[in-house]
Amino acid sequence: MNSRHRVPALRGVDFGEFVRRRAAAGTLVVQPRMGFDDPRKMRAGLSATKSAAAATVGTVTLDSYTRLRDDAALADALARGRPLNGYPIVAHDRAVTEAMLAGLYGPDFPVQVRHGSAVPQDIFEALVALRLNATEGGPVSYCLPYGRTPLAESVRNWTQCVRRFAELREEGAEPHLETFGGCLMGQLCPPGLLVAVSVLEALFFQQHGVRSVSLSYAQQTHAGQDREAVAALRRLCGELLPAGSWHVVVYAYMGLYPVTVQGAYRLLGAAAELAVRSGAERLIVKTVAESRQIPPIEENVAALEFAAATAARTVRDGRSDAEDSETYQEAAALVHAVLGLGRDLGGALVRAFERGYLDVPYCVHPDNRGRTRSHLDGEGRLRWADPGALPLARHGRTGAARRVTSAELHADLHFVRRAFDGADEERVALTGGSAAVPVQDGLPNGSPEIARAEGS
Amino acid sequence: MVNEPARLPAPRGTVIVSSVASDAHTWNLVLLQLLLEEMGYHVINLGPCVPDALLVEECVLRQPTMVVISSINGHGYADGLRLAPRLRARPELAATPIVIGGKLGVVEDATERDRQSAVLLEAGFDAVFADAHATDLCRYLRSGEPVGQSTGTSVGPSAGQAVPRTVAGAPGRP
Repeated sequence: MNSRHRVPALRGVDFGEFVRRRAAAGTLVVQPRMGFDDPRKMRAGLSATKSAAAATVGTVTLDSYTRLRDDAALADALARGRPLNGYPIVAHDRAVTEAMLAGLYGPDFPVQVRHGSAVPQDIFEALVALRLNATEGGPVSYCLPYGRTPLAESVRNWTQCVRRFAELREEGAEPHLETFGGCLMGQLCPPGLLVAVSVLEALFFQQHGVRSVSLSYAQQTHAGQDREAVAALRRLCGELLPAGSWHVVVYAYMGLYPVTVQGAYRLLGAAAELAVRSGAERLIVKTVAESRQIPPIEENVAALEFAAATAARTVRDGRSDAEDSETYQEAAALVHAVLGLGRDLGGALVRAFERGYLDVPYCVHPDNRGRTRSHLDGEGRLRWADPGALPLARHGRTGAARRVTSAELHADLHFVRRAFDGADEERVALTGGSAAVPVQDGLPNGSPEIARAEGS
Repeated sequence: MVNEPARLPAPRGTVIVSSVASDAHTWNLVLLQLLLEEMGYHVINLGPCVPDALLVEECVLRQPTMVVISSINGHGYADGLRLAPRLRARPELAATPIVIGGKLGVVEDATERDRQSAVLLEAGFDAVFADAHATDLCRYLRSGEPVGQSTGTSVGPSAGQAVPRTVAGAPGRP
């Protein structure tokens, strides 16, 4: 398109191939969530990520004005020099971003752009012009949790963008897309639905021409259930996606994070163990500061090195992905119910939400039916309290639908924070496995207890 | 279109729960909805990022017993100051109880918080719950304030709360 009048300064990197090659060598790739408005600071963050003692890929997370396409607010903030919560890739001149990445981004250091937009056309145009060929999102997972864009409109936008992104292959750069479907509301979504949406978004990407994909799964509340979920995800990938086209990325917990340094590192360690034991190829880390603010570069590096060190002393547990489980049965039932709604997956996704075949608990988006409810059982596993109209067999349900009280919901939302912040070893063992915390190892300086910005 | 699951009959009337235009958080809205339903209200939850005009139109259309606005991204003070006169400008809403709460400002200074709360009351809110918990709203509703009628009285910011609290955190960000 009109971006072709100038020779691009950057060459795309095969993100999927990079990760699979590290995985074949037995190394977990770790990645931060990192985004700064100032190009110099963004460059410093990427440079620190690259030189961390870990197998890393870089991240450029965009600011929320760019995500929401609020051009007026963005222009105003830039003009007044007000800080943004990420890198404004659309507003910055192409040359600025090229200079920011020059000499860092390359075959030995892929960079992924992360955003969170249901109207991502401008973002994708910027990525294509820059030859930045790895990003993430999805028509469902970037629409339902974050705003009011109608799902059908998000599907149209993402269809157009994925097709445009796929054209990068002609430029010699294999484009890569990661699903955000394994996260959804960040917490309290039973794993069967997370796995199903992740798989459906990967199929959507491939249907529109992007072959190289990764599928996310966000750590939830119970180590055993998470292990089962990643196996279910890998089994469905094996059944539905071309071999060699995919890998799995685990997100460290995305809900209310522990606010103590020890708690935060214990939870991150559990995420690294989950990734290695289950055979996931990549991990996106969280930092201690993330429960209250955008973390500084040093904290990101500390988290990356801590996760890599934990991964290095963990081994794959040898369990087969093929084993049957409740989570697999549930995810497979949801995926096949949606695939049965039409060959065009975008249309099928819209119809699935209309009928309640997909229904995200506690999601108040107008296009989500909102009939499902979830809760934690006595062991900390996520369960359906009310499966609404989800097309699930009796299997996996215990008894009739029940209401969840506000007190229960509040307790469930804070379960992980409490379990990992608390000194109660019994509760930590429920969710975290061995959970050894080498406090001296790579911990950033700072007080053991940080101020709380939220929750009680 | 609003998220409005079928519920039991609500003897105490309908409450509209809403965020403001700039705020994408929703766990706070969900908790408020459950709490209000447990108190016997029928709740219409307008969800996150609600444009001012949509909120005004829904309130005019539904004629709720009460409007509860919740925001935790720190811009609630500015958003609330803009919203209150727009709601009060409609004759249908002149006497409707309208309250706002959550984490409304970015400063943690108690004096500044109280000043902002007073300004919001002046702007047209019937009660302000700055740095408050959802249960503070319930305590207020149970305290005998006759919600559903125009009281004409204003209530100060979460009096008696020794520890400032907010309700819930953000959904996972990419």
